[in-house]
Amino acid sequence: MTKQIMFLQGNEACVEGALYAGVEFFAGYPITPSTEIAEQLSGRLPERGGKFIQMEDEIASMCAIIGASLTGKKVMTATSGPGFSLKQEAIGYACMAEIPCVIANVQRGGPSTGNPTHVSQGDINQARWGTHGDHNIIALTASNHQDVFSITVDAFNMAETYRTPVILLLDEAVGHLREKLILPEKGELPIVDRLRTSVPKGVDYHPYLPREDGRLPMSDFGGDHRYNVTGLFHDMWGFPSNNPKVVNELLRHLVDKIDNNIRAITRYKEHYMEGAEYILLSYGSSARSAIHLAQNRRAKGEKIGVLELQSIWPFPSELVREKCAGAKAVLVVEMNMGQVMAQVKMAVDEPGKIFLANRIDGKLITPSDIKQLLRVIQGRGV
Amino acid sequence: MAVTDYLRERFFPHMWCPGCGHGTVLNSLLRAIEELGLNKNNIVMTSGIGCSARISGYVDFHSLHTIHGRALAFATGVKLSKPGLKLLVPMGDGDALAIGGNHFIHAARRNIDITAIIMNNRIYGMTGGQFSPLSGPGKKATTAPYLTIDREFDIVELAKAAGATFVARSTTYHAKESIEFLKKAIDHKGFSVVEILSQCPTHYGRKNKEGDAPQMLENYRNNTAKIGSKALADDPSLIARGIFVDVERPEYCQEYDQIIERAMKE
Amino acid sequence: MAKARLKEQKIIRDWCKGCGICIAFCPKKVLELDAEDKAVTVRPEDCICCRLCELRCPDLAIEVFKQEEE
Ligand SMILES: Cc1ncc(C[n+]2csc(CCOP(=O)(O)OP(=O)(O)O)c2C)c(N)n1
Ligand code: SF4
Ligand code: SF4
Ligand code: SF4
Repeated sequence: MTKQIMFLQGNEACVEGALYAGVEFFAGYPITPSTEIAEQLSGRLPERGGKFIQMEDEIASMCAIIGASLTGKKVMTATSGPGFSLKQEAIGYACMAEIPCVIANVQRGGPSTGNPTHVSQGDINQARWGTHGDHNIIALTASNHQDVFSITVDAFNMAETYRTPVILLLDEAVGHLREKLILPEKGELPIVDRLRTSVPKGVDYHPYLPREDGRLPMSDFGGDHRYNVTGLFHDMWGFPSNNPKVVNELLRHLVDKIDNNIRAITRYKEHYMEGAEYILLSYGSSARSAIHLAQNRRAKGEKIGVLELQSIWPFPSELVREKCAGAKAVLVVEMNMGQVMAQVKMAVDEPGKIFLANRIDGKLITPSDIKQLLRVIQGRGV
Repeated sequence: MAVTDYLRERFFPHMWCPGCGHGTVLNSLLRAIEELGLNKNNIVMTSGIGCSARISGYVDFHSLHTIHGRALAFATGVKLSKPGLKLLVPMGDGDALAIGGNHFIHAARRNIDITAIIMNNRIYGMTGGQFSPLSGPGKKATTAPYLTIDREFDIVELAKAAGATFVARSTTYHAKESIEFLKKAIDHKGFSVVEILSQCPTHYGRKNKEGDAPQMLENYRNNTAKIGSKALADDPSLIARGIFVDVERPEYCQEYDQIIERAMKE
Repeated sequence: MAKARLKEQKIIRDWCKGCGICIAFCPKKVLELDAEDKAVTVRPEDCICCRLCELRCPDLAIEVFKQEEE
């Protein structure tokens, strides 16, 4: 069978991935550079009996997908900078109430309105720390459309597996770039479906009591089990509780359920890493320039490799430490003031050999931008 | 079924203060549901944050206690996703019309089949008696030591203008009337709004010298009148009670079903 | 038609918070607060089973049972 090959935008690749993963409900509010995701799904979802709704703002969109998720649907919203800020309170709610959902944030320049049509990777920290209180989060990213597709599928799978919001940190450059996507066939990528409780009708169901494997089976609203969902500290039935033991266990669980699975969650790629003396650590559209440079330099015999992260949160500290251990220097290539670099410095044994190759002017960082800095570090002038 | 069959009795006595009108709203709502004979598994109650919002913990339905002001947005997601469910959304006046005002008018505009119940005590109860968009001018509140200057919303007019297809107002004194309005609202296909004036003796009553709960109820009796009544015609300064709007208009989820049909054909 | 007579007025003491609403608005003054500020039925014979106390009680503490009609 010949595979279907598409030529499309990164945002559209995300839509294809979401549909492949089984998205059934989308709520959103238009914002550049993410809008194509909403536009596409407004047409594609009803075709298969799914639902699309344009809400009055991003807060409402986030709330609506949480509500829809509780009826047993796979749900998603998409936004960008200012809209991502608005969603934070409800994202925290989804973390606390452990409701699977996917939030695509196609990053643009900020703070504030910044520049809607220019690229940035400035929301790395917001994805992790945008809410209040202690909890963990999963944030994934990708640098090309094939990977955008599969990481979107991963996002839905992880949302279901860990009963958590998952953030897709795309960026304007990848979102709007047009390139090829080979559509995987059905069954080619694994799909995690909603885990529903096997507790029969009339028997006490605990929405927040983990199974032995740590997963928490759900029960759809409208089904046989009537339970409570709240953003307050709650017990295993979902009812508010101030019992210190209950609260302590709940908060630890929210952090641990992700930390303890960091290996299963971590996604990365290595490019030209064999014996690399200099490592370009990058992600998203900046990784494209890093890969380009490494490819070029390898051809000239320079030992430069790229470690491309596809999962940013939980930060894969151990992986980064291991991979960077032998390098003379590591250049973190990103389009912000060093948000991932700070994590890398904390992860490695010799933070002194970590450098930042960044651009924050709304222009995509280029291979020659990276090369300039590399040459300085190598003591080879500019 | 008895009313207590709809309650999560293990959480009683409830957390509301003595004489709090929110308990009477819960009482009326359960009787309305009992009289309609609704199936508990078919009801989702979504609420925000406030004393009023705690109502969802006490009812034996699917209950979704969310964040301040956003209950209608959550409810919209639940309803559109599973239109067969009955959505009840009780809200405080601050929850519904300050932080949640935008969601309120948009839910009304869509005419999505949700019943919004506004437990209007004209104050922020939970946070200790600050004024709300329903307090109106000349009131005392912890954030208005020199009296409020803000004008209040008229919930009925607001709901009407925004497109709600069922709009009613009653008080906790008029419990039988509240039950009747709630029954009609829940039965109504489309966005229905029932405003119930609900006393907060602890903050509003005390600050504004309206006395204890029975005295506040007496005020509801004396200061309100049914629409179309002679009392109201004689004294238009009274607060009107009754059903102000009851019309049929296309409902959002049903309209969306037609989108699905169209999309599947093309 | 014979007038309705009270069989029993059940008041859940634990739930009653003594707000006085049932007492203030009972048309027949059937109820009173006791020394512990709980509502109690003191004149059951006067009750006309209008159920207003039951419907207005903010604590859902009252239930009115009518006598079966003959
Ligand atoms: C985003 C946010 N802002 C503020 C609050 C604090 N807060 C909790 S309840 C409330 C107001 C409650 O008043 P109302 O909605 O009228 O309900 P009531 O308590 O009077 O029943 C406020 C301001 C909050 N929980 N969340
Ligand atoms: S503070 Fe007011 S609204 Fe809150 S429970 Fe007490 S009386 Fe009711
Ligand atoms: S109305 Fe209810 S809570 Fe108040 S005194 Fe009577 S029984 Fe007690
Ligand atoms: S049923 Fe009516 S008459 Fe009897 S105690 Fe209650 S309020 Fe009074």
